[in-house]
Amino acid sequence: MDHDNLGADGDAVYAALMATHEGLNEAESHALNARLVLMMANQIGDADVLEKLFLAARSYRESTPQ
Amino acid sequence: MPYDYRPFPYITPPGLTGPEPRHPVAIIGAGPIGLALAIDLATKGVGSVVLDDNNVVSFGSRAICWAKRTLEIFDRLGVGERMLAKGVTWRVGRLFHGADEVYAFDLLPEDGHKYPAFINLQQYYVEEYLIDRARDFPDLIDLRFKNAVTDHQDRGDHVALTVETPDGSYQLEAQYCVACDGAGSPTRKRMGLGFDGQTFDEHFLIADVEMDDSPFGTDTPERWFWFEPPFHNGQSALLHRQPDNIYRIDLQLGPDTDPKAEATEEKVIPRIRAMVGDRPFRLDWMSVYKFRCAKLDQFVHGRMIFAGDSAHVVSPFGARGGNGGIQDVDNLGWKLARVVQGQSDASLLDSYDQERRQCCDENILNSSRATNFMTPKSPIEALFRQEVLRLAHDMPFARRLINSGRLSMPGSLAGLPLQTDADTPVRPGGAMPDAPLGDAWLIDVVQSRFCLLGFGDVVLPDVDGLARIGVGQGAQNYPVYQDIDGFATERYGTGMAYLFRPDGHVAAAFRAPDADSVREALRRACGELEREYANGS
Repeated sequence: MDHDNLGADGDAVYAALMATHEGLNEAESHALNARLVLMMANQIGDADVLEKLFLAARSYRESTPQ
Repeated sequence: MPYDYRPFPYITPPGLTGPEPRHPVAIIGAGPIGLALAIDLATKGVGSVVLDDNNVVSFGSRAICWAKRTLEIFDRLGVGERMLAKGVTWRVGRLFHGADEVYAFDLLPEDGHKYPAFINLQQYYVEEYLIDRARDFPDLIDLRFKNAVTDHQDRGDHVALTVETPDGSYQLEAQYCVACDGAGSPTRKRMGLGFDGQTFDEHFLIADVEMDDSPFGTDTPERWFWFEPPFHNGQSALLHRQPDNIYRIDLQLGPDTDPKAEATEEKVIPRIRAMVGDRPFRLDWMSVYKFRCAKLDQFVHGRMIFAGDSAHVVSPFGARGGNGGIQDVDNLGWKLARVVQGQSDASLLDSYDQERRQCCDENILNSSRATNFMTPKSPIEALFRQEVLRLAHDMPFARRLINSGRLSMPGSLAGLPLQTDADTPVRPGGAMPDAPLGDAWLIDVVQSRFCLLGFGDVVLPDVDGLARIGVGQGAQNYPVYQDIDGFATERYGTGMAYLFRPDGHVAAAFRAPDADSVREALRRACGELEREYANGS
């Protein structure tokens, strides 16, 4: 997880992700994100890796400044 | 035709006029679990008295889906073939989201098994067949209807029960007492035992409808399941076929429901009409219910033992209630028989507690996951489910995430103390896969006693207390069956021996079995090694 897998493609991938959401309202974007999470989970396909990702993403909630 | 609920005769019990001899086993409850246990014990020569507060079979279809492993156990008990003949064997399942079919599956039966993946058969038929079968053992099974157990006392070396009958009450003693008295178990309540777990707020309507014209539009029985059905404003609906043109309908009603108002014909008939259109039907039975997943911390309390719903309850999705209970019986029967007959120490019963609680945890886990999928608790859960259903139209992985109940599979006992672990095609702990052996079936020749099976080129040592059977071997001084179609070899490998427990679970496996290692595995499977460790010897 500490490893940068995107490297030089990072900017392009980020832009493509934003473009994917373009023109969608908030509900549509949430639905798209949900589909993406499910599809990416399937692509990663490793329950242990996914569990670590879920925990890492969740950990931000506690450390967000009030 | 509606099922004919014939009352069973009440016979004045001998205990009312004088003390009865102590019974080996008293079973509280003549439902499928109590009756199956009485039969299992009787096949091993152990007598029991079965006490039930009622005198008819279960009202309504209740448990309908009987899984392959359960049918194999029922086969051993002598009712499997009758259940298969009467039951509906279904293969095709369809899953709908709204009006659209998301996908269909065809459970093509795998060849080389006596029983299919599952059949649908109303619980009242199962109880009727079990009672008929119990009557084959008049000297060993004492069925007492309208005999309600109102109190009990564990006296250390036996249990004393107080039984209420239409003619008054009497006392009865038994070496062991098994409470098979259902989800609301009066025995469990009397003992004040905790029954903890997760409660779900959703109400479900369950209805049996008799209908000549198949709603599937084909004579082949199917299983249809809807998320957000177009004909019902709830979250899900299920349509399943039973014998006698009876259809099981399950409709999710939501959490804010008045169960009394819902369980009326005025409310139910229009709901069914919306589902089946103008086909004529007759409402046979209905119930509005909520459910929970819960279990006892311990299934064995001294001489009081719990089996079936009295020990654990699950949601109905996945058919793990009745099937789980029959597997309790399968695990308990031979152990209790050995203990009562003095062949094993009472500590063998602790392995029933340990093995079945592990399987029960697995049932509760699966059942809770299905229920959580069916009843999203928050907007984000609802969103994820919605998107899983949308993706499932195109993507196979998403189809696998749709959870309307994972059908009951036999629990594995791998890694628990009675098993001798091995790296073999069937790992010790697993329930035996069936296979044809010429005109016989593997489940027929193996179950009900300890048995050493040799597949292919392997020499079986002669060990006391152990039956031997060869598969695909030349003539021996024990029975040998041929593996004509190769199913047995495919499933078990070749050049290998397996030690089977009386419940058909593999206890050990050997590539080169010698008498000492087989004898040790047999002792372990009977709990003797575990007991010696516990005693520090």
